[in-house]
Amino acid sequence: MQPTLLSLKNMDVFYGRIHAVRRATLHVRQGEIVALIGGNGAGKTTMLCTISGLIRPGQGSIMFGDDDLVQRSPEQIVRAGISHVPEGRLVFSPLSVEDNLRLGAYTRPRFRHRASIAEDLETMYSMFPVLRERRAQAAGTLSGGEQQMLSIGRALMARPRLLLLDEPAMGLAPLVVRDIFRHIVELRDRFGLTVLLVEQNARSALKIADRGYVLENGRVILQGTADELLANRDVQRAYLGRELDA
Amino acid sequence: MYWQSEYECMERGELELLQLERLQATLNRVARNVPLYRKRFAELGIDPYDVQSLEDVKRLPFTTKEDLRQNYPYGLFAVPLRDVVRMQASTGTTGKPTVVGYTSGDVRRWSELAARILTAGGVTKDDAVQIAFNYGLFTGAFGVHSGAELIGASVIPSSGGDPRRQISIMQDYRTTALICTPSYALHLADTLDELNINKTALSLRFGLFGSEPWTEETRREIEDRLGIQATDNYGLSEITGVAGECLERVGLHINEDHFLAEIVDPQTGEVLPAGVKGELVLTTLTKEAFPLIRFRTGDLTTLIDAPCACGRTLKRMTRIPGRSDDMLIIHGVNVFPAQIEAVISGTGLTDPHYQIVLDRVGHMDLATIMLEAPESFCTDSIKQSQRILENVRIRLQTELGVAFEVRLVEPRTIAREDGGRVNDRRKM
Repeated sequence: MQPTLLSLKNMDVFYGRIHAVRRATLHVRQGEIVALIGGNGAGKTTMLCTISGLIRPGQGSIMFGDDDLVQRSPEQIVRAGISHVPEGRLVFSPLSVEDNLRLGAYTRPRFRHRASIAEDLETMYSMFPVLRERRAQAAGTLSGGEQQMLSIGRALMARPRLLLLDEPAMGLAPLVVRDIFRHIVELRDRFGLTVLLVEQNARSALKIADRGYVLENGRVILQGTADELLANRDVQRAYLGRELDA
Repeated sequence: MYWQSEYECMERGELELLQLERLQATLNRVARNVPLYRKRFAELGIDPYDVQSLEDVKRLPFTTKEDLRQNYPYGLFAVPLRDVVRMQASTGTTGKPTVVGYTSGDVRRWSELAARILTAGGVTKDDAVQIAFNYGLFTGAFGVHSGAELIGASVIPSSGGDPRRQISIMQDYRTTALICTPSYALHLADTLDELNINKTALSLRFGLFGSEPWTEETRREIEDRLGIQATDNYGLSEITGVAGECLERVGLHINEDHFLAEIVDPQTGEVLPAGVKGELVLTTLTKEAFPLIRFRTGDLTTLIDAPCACGRTLKRMTRIPGRSDDMLIIHGVNVFPAQIEAVISGTGLTDPHYQIVLDRVGHMDLATIMLEAPESFCTDSIKQSQRILENVRIRLQTELGVAFEVRLVEPRTIAREDGGRVNDRRKM
């Protein structure tokens, strides 16, 4: 079994006076795809933002390898090897596709890392050929699916060991969703990348994930392998939209 | 050989983190879905949120067999009945048995745990596994059965019954692994002797025995007479697939990624350290349909912290030498004296006096109820008293699942003092 890459223990997060995450304990092993599923306001996005340092936890520990991330700034966390692809993609619309990707490599000064950055750009273009076609185009003119690929590509330019993906399927057509999820698996298989995935589209997420956690009102109520969760009737009713009595 | 080495040999720190993660999720689920726990936690001012470490489990209340009885049949289920794909029963302390439900996920995990225990006991996909447990409501036959299939072994569900038939199956099918109670294994050994069959005529290599206490002497006898390596395994009808011995045969590895084990003082309920004998208390960590928090098993054992030569990091418990309550194990079935009392009182006898006598004939349990004839019997016809006895016998058999002999004795010949109700003459 691969070593644990990320582990949260008793993590509490407050959003103002709202107790958004309540005593969450979970782990992600190297090379795993782990899905966080749950309804709106379950605390999934808050959890990712806390891992990437955008929100400070009220209590608990976040270990990344041997590093305790709790006191780290978002910049330090990116350098430590965690990239966050936020919900809604958030590409820099007026900038070109290539400039967006280069921005992702901001942890590496261009004058010293020209070669490695060019190499990574090439990798992104070979993985997402459509981005190569549109390399000079303003990012804001891309379709939703293309923007999502760009957003993932930009995150990968920081050469992360762990990718946090927030709702990559949101607002995309089913075929495009399938394509995005195929890419996520490819990232793991080709580059050994570890992925923590938040997704409302629980079925797609669990189909590619190894394991998952189900959140409800900020609490983890269920955890298990993706197969176990897909077979769980509670999950089917609440998140897979399957009408069991029909 | 391991079945799931990633869990069976997990680094202790990682295992404990996994236990905490699963414990917290289980507590969040029972607090939401099981009225008994919701109410009890509220009364005691406990929020699952307060459980931050495995040690904090100490602050949670125990669950007892009495709780199970009071919530018969479905009160402790944490999922709606339509999510349950299997029901098995366990004996309760009086009258009604309790019902244990399993979701499809529970059944799958149960099979995996059984596969672990079988693998630890030497079984591989090349074995022919004869399961001589009764297939029915009360037993673990189904668990071992699906575990053996999962491994890929050839499963022979021979169930209980005539030992001669078992032996002819064993010879004809070339059975390599035998699963039954230890006393039945000895019974089969006796039958071999009677039939004048040498153990070398069998293909048996391994035996996995459980569901009743047995000693090291019995193990040596079974191993010697059947020519096998015999291992012990442990589970309850309420909580299946708990622990099993590896071929080192020094204690049973507890499947700690699925169960949190504590040892408590049977009187005070206080948690005892490793190495001290006490009552085993189990908390399920992955059960969906029937999760139990700090269930008092009534079984006395000791936890062994020291690492095992087999390489598993799962803690071991010593073999169960006895119980902290008055439960009797007859033919591998759990029976409480109070259940017998309830049956006898229910047959219309007024103020019955009786004694439960347990003997071992050959290697099989013989249970007899010595019933004092009421004064009125003297005037009644023999036919009528026969009918009453027959009625008691049938009801014991149907309600407890155990065959009893029922005999009438002279009035006022049974001692009245407490504790004299059970006369267990079986040599342990």
